[in-house]
Amino acid sequence: MFAYIVRRLFAVIVMLLVVTLVTFGIFFAIPKLTGTDPASLYVGKQADPATIEGIRQKLGLGQPILEQFWHFVTGIFAGRDYTGGGTSDHCPAPCFGYSFRTEQAVWPVLTDRLPVTLSLAGGACVIWLLAGVSTGVVSALKRGTRIDRAAMVTALAGVSLPIYFTALLALAVFNNQLGWTKAEYTPFGEDPGAWFSGLVLPWITLAFLYAAMYARLTRATMLEVLGEDYIRTARAKGLTERVVIGKHAMRSTMTPVLTILGMDLGALVGGAILTETAFNLPGLGQAAVTAISNRDLPLILGVVLIAATAVVLANLVVDLLYAVIDPRVRLS
Amino acid sequence: MTTPVTGAAAPAATAYLDVRDLRVHFPTDDGLVKSVDGLSFQLAKGRTLGIVGESGSGKSVSSLGIMGLHTVGQYGRRKARISGEIHFDGKELLTADPEEVRRLRGREMAMIFQDPLSAMHPYFSVGHQIAEAYRIHHDADKKTARKRAVEMLDRVGIPQADRRVDDYPHQFSGGMRQRAMIAMALVNNPSLLIADEPTTALDVTVQAQILDLIRDLQKEYGSAVIIITHDLGVVAELADDILVMYAGRCIERGPAEQVFYHPQHPYTWGLLGSMPRIDRAQTERLIPVKGSPPSLINVPAGCAFNPRCPYADKPEGGLTRTRRPELAPVPGQENHHAACHLPPGERTRIWTEEIAPKL
Repeated sequence: MFAYIVRRLFAVIVMLLVVTLVTFGIFFAIPKLTGTDPASLYVGKQADPATIEGIRQKLGLGQPILEQFWHFVTGIFAGRDYTGGGTSDHCPAPCFGYSFRTEQAVWPVLTDRLPVTLSLAGGACVIWLLAGVSTGVVSALKRGTRIDRAAMVTALAGVSLPIYFTALLALAVFNNQLGWTKAEYTPFGEDPGAWFSGLVLPWITLAFLYAAMYARLTRATMLEVLGEDYIRTARAKGLTERVVIGKHAMRSTMTPVLTILGMDLGALVGGAILTETAFNLPGLGQAAVTAISNRDLPLILGVVLIAATAVVLANLVVDLLYAVIDPRVRLS
Repeated sequence: MTTPVTGAAAPAATAYLDVRDLRVHFPTDDGLVKSVDGLSFQLAKGRTLGIVGESGSGKSVSSLGIMGLHTVGQYGRRKARISGEIHFDGKELLTADPEEVRRLRGREMAMIFQDPLSAMHPYFSVGHQIAEAYRIHHDADKKTARKRAVEMLDRVGIPQADRRVDDYPHQFSGGMRQRAMIAMALVNNPSLLIADEPTTALDVTVQAQILDLIRDLQKEYGSAVIIITHDLGVVAELADDILVMYAGRCIERGPAEQVFYHPQHPYTWGLLGSMPRIDRAQTERLIPVKGSPPSLINVPAGCAFNPRCPYADKPEGGLTRTRRPELAPVPGQENHHAACHLPPGERTRIWTEEIAPKL
C-alpha cells in the first residue's frame, strides 16, 4: 500500500513535469517558431527594440528553450532571480514568474484566487451530491412512475441547459427581481454570512448541472445493482428494505459515483470558467479567461499547472478510495 | 446415481408447508408470463422435496414466491401477480403482512442460491454477511454474532474459520463460498431450507461434499428441505419426494423411488433418458428431450408438453392438443400423481418395454 502510494506520487510528479513541459513549450517555443517574440507580448506593440532586448535578457528568452524550462522548474522550487536591463528582481519560491500585464508575481495571484474556486466547487459539490444521489435513488425505486419521469426530465434539462443561461436566469430572478442574494464574493474569513449569500446562486447553478448528471448515473447504477443476486440474498436473509437499499445497494452504487466525483472535482478546481465569469467570482477560471485574452503567458501557465495538479491528485485519491470501498481492488 | 431413497412417502397429517394452486404471473411488454401456473404440494418437517425441471419451468420462481421475494423490491415496476395459498407452519403467507413474512424470512425459512459468488455481496466480508443474517433476527451484539458466524463456518467445514471469517467472498474458492452461503442460510436454524441449484456452479467432487453437508445439516436440525435442480442425480441423492415441473405446472410427483423406477410422464422419461449414468454401457447415447421449452406467454394448448411428446398422438381425438391433463393418482401407487392423457396401462407398457431397457 505504502509502496503503491509512493509509486503513484512519483508518477504524479512525472506527469506534472510533462504537462509543464508541453504548456511551456506551447507558450514559449512555438511563438518563436512563428516569429512572435514572447518579449514583445510583455512590452506591448509600441516598444522600442532596446526595451524588448532588455526584457528578453531579463526573462532569459534568448536562452535555449530547455534551459528556459529548467529555470522555470527550478524557480518553482527554489525561486529565481531575474537580472537584465540594469535591474535585478528576486522572485521567491514558489516562483511562477510575473504577470505580463500587472507585473504581479503569479503565485500570490493564484493563492488569492484558489480559495474562491475551492469555495465554489466545494459548496456546489455538497449540493449536487445530496440532490443528485437522492434524486437518482428515488427515481430508481420509483422507476416508471410519474415521480421518476419528472425527475428525469428535470435532469435532462439540467444536463442540456448551458450555465450561462441558468446563471443569468438565476441572477435576474433572485438577484435583480427578488433581491435575495448579493452577486459579490466575500472571503469566508471576513464574513461567513456574506460569503454564503454571495455563493448560494453560483452553487445552485453549478450544482444543477452536476446534480442532473449524478442523478442519471445514480439511477442507472442503482437499477443495475437492484437486479444483482446479492440484493436478492440480502432480502432472503430477512433484512428490511431500508438496510437492503441503504446499505447493500448504496455501497455498490457509490463506486461509479465516486469515480466521477474525483474527476469532476479535479476539473472544477481548474476553474469553473463559465460560472465564475457569469457571477463575476474572482476565481481561477476567471483568472484564466482574463489571462488568455491578455496573452498573459505566465499566468496562463500557472493556472494550467494548478488545474493539472488538481486533476492528477483527485485521481490518485479516487484510486486510493477504491481500495477502501472495494476489497477486490488490490493496490500493487 | 440411482440409489433409491429409502422410506416411502407418507403424507403428513398437518403439512408443515402446504402450497395450494400457486400462480406467479409477470406482466411484460410481450404479454403475461405464466411462470408458475397452479402448483400444489405439501412438505413435512424433516423431509426433502426435489423439484426437477428444465430452465424456465418455474422451479426458482415458485421457491422465490414461497420466500415472499416476488413482493418485496418490486419498486415502481409492473408487479408480479401472485395468487393461491402458501401455508407455512399454519400461517398463510400470501395474505400475511409483508413485515411478518420478512421476519420469517432468514429465520424460519432460508434459501441457498445457485451462484455463491454473485449471491454474496462483494464489498462485505463473509463473516459480516453471516453475522448480519444472525443479528437481524436476534438481539445480539456484534461480538456474539461474529462468534456465531465463526461457529457456523466451522460447522460447514471451512478450515481455520476464525481466520477466514474476515475474508471477502472473492478470497474463497467456489466450494468454500457455497459452504459459506449454507452457513449464512442456516445461521438461524431455519425449519425450511430451500436450496436453488446449490451445486450447479461447482465442480463434481465439491458437489458431492455440498450435498452431503446439506443432508447432514438436515438430519441435525430436522428441517424441511426443498432442493431445486435440473440434475436428477442430485435429487436421487437427497430427495424423499420428487416433483417434476414443466411450463409452470407440476406434471408428475411422488415418492422418489416410484418416480425413478416407475415414471409415468413422457417428460420424466425424457429427463431420465438424458441423465448420464456411470453404470450404462458407453455405446448408448444420451437421449435428449427433443425440442425446446415452451413459451410461458403462449403455453401450448392441451398438454403443454404435446409439441415435444413422441406419444402425443396416441390418445384418440387429438385430446393432448385440446385438453390439459390434470394431475391424477397413478393406480396402485400410493401418493404418485401424473398429468398425462395416456392411459395408465399404456404408460406402464411404454416405460417397461420401450424406455427402461434403453436407460
